[in-house]
Parts: sequence; structure tokens; C-alpha cells
Amino acid sequence: MSKLNELFNKKLNVVNFGIESFYEDLKKQNVEAIHVDWKPVAGGDKDLANMLSDLI
Amino acid sequence: MADLKEKIANANKEVLNRILSATPTLIGMSTAGEDIPGMTKKTILHSGPPVTWDKMCGPQKGAVIGALMYEDLAKNEKEAEDLAQSGEIIFSPCHHHEAVGPMAGIVSYSMPVWKVKNKTYGNMAYCTINEGLGKVLRFGAYQPEVLERLRYFQNELYPIVKETLKLVGEIDLKSMIAQVLQMGDEGHNRNRAGTSLLFRMLAPAMVETNFTIAEKVKALKFFDSADHTFLNLTMPACKCTMDATFGVEYSTIVSTMARNGTEFGIRVAGLGPDKWFTAPSEIVDGLYFPGFSEEDANPDVGDSCITETTGIGGFCMGAAPAIVQFVGGTPQDAINYSTKMYEITEGEGNTYKIPALNFRGSATGIDIRKVVQTQILPVINTGIAAKKPGVGQVGAGIVHPPMDCFVQSLKEFSKVYANG
Repeated sequence: MSKLNELFNKKLNVVNFGIESFYEDLKKQNVEAIHVDWKPVAGGDKDLANMLSDLI
Repeated sequence: MADLKEKIANANKEVLNRILSATPTLIGMSTAGEDIPGMTKKTILHSGPPVTWDKMCGPQKGAVIGALMYEDLAKNEKEAEDLAQSGEIIFSPCHHHEAVGPMAGIVSYSMPVWKVKNKTYGNMAYCTINEGLGKVLRFGAYQPEVLERLRYFQNELYPIVKETLKLVGEIDLKSMIAQVLQMGDEGHNRNRAGTSLLFRMLAPAMVETNFTIAEKVKALKFFDSADHTFLNLTMPACKCTMDATFGVEYSTIVSTMARNGTEFGIRVAGLGPDKWFTAPSEIVDGLYFPGFSEEDANPDVGDSCITETTGIGGFCMGAAPAIVQFVGGTPQDAINYSTKMYEITEGEGNTYKIPALNFRGSATGIDIRKVVQTQILPVINTGIAAKKPGVGQVGAGIVHPPMDCFVQSLKEFSKVYANG
């Protein structure tokens, strides 16, 4: 727990993956963050993801 | 499966090589009836994947009516509609006839066409003369002034330009497109630099022809007024570039993207020219001209996204920051669109380059696997046609193909090549 407290007492370096609105919310609160435009493979469709694993 | 993956990788390299080594060249003008394969007096070519009269969108129906009157096959709108639905007219996609057409994409027998040859692979592509803006056939208008302009093309402009091109000689369109990307065009919705360059090439030679001063002045004034003249050259340049990619088995690269205003269709190099993968056309997200709104808009239409398929147009928006005033967004958005496309393409252009990206070659060779994997769709900038025939262009904006086209093609690819 002490380690976690230590983390929150320092400046946070935030990297946001996926849902952009989380990043926008942080920006609105003046929190520095980097957004990574990421989506699950094939939008999370397992059949398509399996198909792709044979082709790519 | 490792074997299949290797075959795909090799095929896609070959396709990219065919795209990058293409040499689209303007070699002259003729008429559709003289040169377009399979053209008959009762054939009407249209943009996009195959579509029947009953399913055609408003602008395409309007343009068909106009073309039938222009060809003297019908005296009025009613006769033209009756003929169109009689079964006597053969409707066929431009893409099946070595041709491309912006918006409604209607091409009929007597229309003059630019002749473009891919000199590396020997294949041809044809496209009509751009009519400029306002009331024009490609947006479904068929009023007397529209048909009068088409007859002016056929009887006066075409003979002058044909003669002029004989004096100019062949024009290397690949170099011209490379230049216009350095001059603020992207070759789809911004063609001011391209049309200006073409004007510079044609004007001195046109002066030397034996036509009257009045005829030559009228011809030059027309090109001066029609900023999108060069679009009807970038399109066949891209068409003959991409047609050379068919026949490369195992390739997952998109050879064609096109829309008929009802459906969006793609074709894939490794699956051949006979297989279209279609889904309903999307509504364009854009800026509307005063007095118009999304309610007036026809869904996405035209063969012009052959430019994006080849790596220019929307893929080069970063080269044309001023275009955002026309299609919406900011110059940074334009750069972002261009940058994002590298995620879904096989490689980068060796000639078509974007100054704002340190002259990086544009994203080239859309890979259906990468589109489905990343869920990033190709970006297309485009004009918006009114859904009511005859109204014309009501705006411009950004649109994407439906994801379903890519999913369907991936499933078909997987089926065809399942055994490696």
C-alpha cells in the first residue's frame, strides 16, 4: 500500500489506451496524458480474429 | 499456414510493385463508341458496382435520362425513362469497360473521352471531360443547357483538344500528379494546380492549331472555368494503375473502390475483377452549401475514390491543407488522415509524396486484412450530390467505405485460399 501511496504523491504519467473519451476527460481536468488509438483485433470479433491469425 | 502467409506477403509485394511501377500516360482523345471495349449505341456505363435501373439513385437516374436524350434515343424525360426501364438499354459499370466516371459516372456512345495508357503494363483507361460545377450530368442534371454543353464537347471542344494533343505529344500523368501534390492538390477534390498545369501544356499548342481564334478562346475559357478538369485525368491514371494489379493470386490488396450511390463496392487483386463485395453506401459527413443540409444528400456516389485506392485523394490530404475549407476539419486533421492510412496499407509511394510529412510517400496498397484487423477504414474526401436529380452538388466532405465490404472480402479470401 505504501508503494501505491508513493505513486499517487508523484506526478502521474498517464497513457490512455482505446476509449478516447477517457483521455478527453483527463484533458478537461488539466491532467497530462497521451492517447493511444487502439482497438481490439477485428473489433473483438473472435471468428474474424481467428481467420486473421491464419492470414497475417 | 506459414506457407499461406508467405504467399500473401509475396503477392502483396508484387501488387505494390505493379502500383509503384505503373506509368499512366495521356495519349490522346477519342469517343467512347470508338475506343471503350464493349461499347454499343445502347450501352450506358455508370459508376460503382453493377446496379439495375430500378435500384439506381436519383442522380444516376437523372444522368441516364440526360444521356439518352443526348444520344437522341429519347426526345424527352418520359421517353427516356420508358426506354431505361424497357430492358433495351445495357447498363454496365464503367469499371468493367476500362473506364471510370465521377459521381453518376454516366458514359454513352458519343461522348469524347481522354485516353490514358499504363505504358508499363499496356492497359488502357478512359474518362469523359469534366463538365465543371453547377448543373451538370454527373450530378443528375439533364436540362437543355446540360445537353448543350455535352454537344459542345462533342462537336467543338473535342476536335480542338484532340488536335492539340497531337501537337503536345504524350503527357506523363504520373509526373504531373507528383507535381500537383507539391502544389496543394490531392488529386480528388482539389484539382486547381493540376488543371492549371494542364492548361499550361495545352494552351501554346492549341494556339498553333488551325481552328478559329473564337473556337480556341472558347476552349481555353472552358478549361479555365472548370477546376476539376484534372480529376478526369487523375481518375483514369489511377484506374489503369490499379487494373494492372488483377491476376496476382494470394494478394489481399484492394484493386477497386467505387460507389453507385446505392451501394459501395470493392474488388481485391487476388480475388479477380469479377467479384464485387458490396454494402449500402454511407452518407457523407461534410460541409453543405448554403440552403442545403444532410436531408438533401444522396449517399456516397462515384468512381472517383479510385484515387484513394491508388494512394492519392484522401490519402494525400496532408498535401492539400486548403481542402479542409471545402470538406471540413483543420489542416492538422488532413495530416492525421494521411498518417493514419499507413496503418492499413502495404507500403508507401515512390512518386506520390507529401511535403508536410517530410516528403514521405503516400500510404499505398489498402490491405483488406489490415482494415479488418485494425478497424481503420480508408478515408475518402468527396463531393456530395443532391439525392434529387438535377439539383447538382450540395456540399463536400469525408466518407468511409462500409466495413462490411472488407469483412465479406476477407471471408471470401479465406474460403478461396483455405488450403494454402
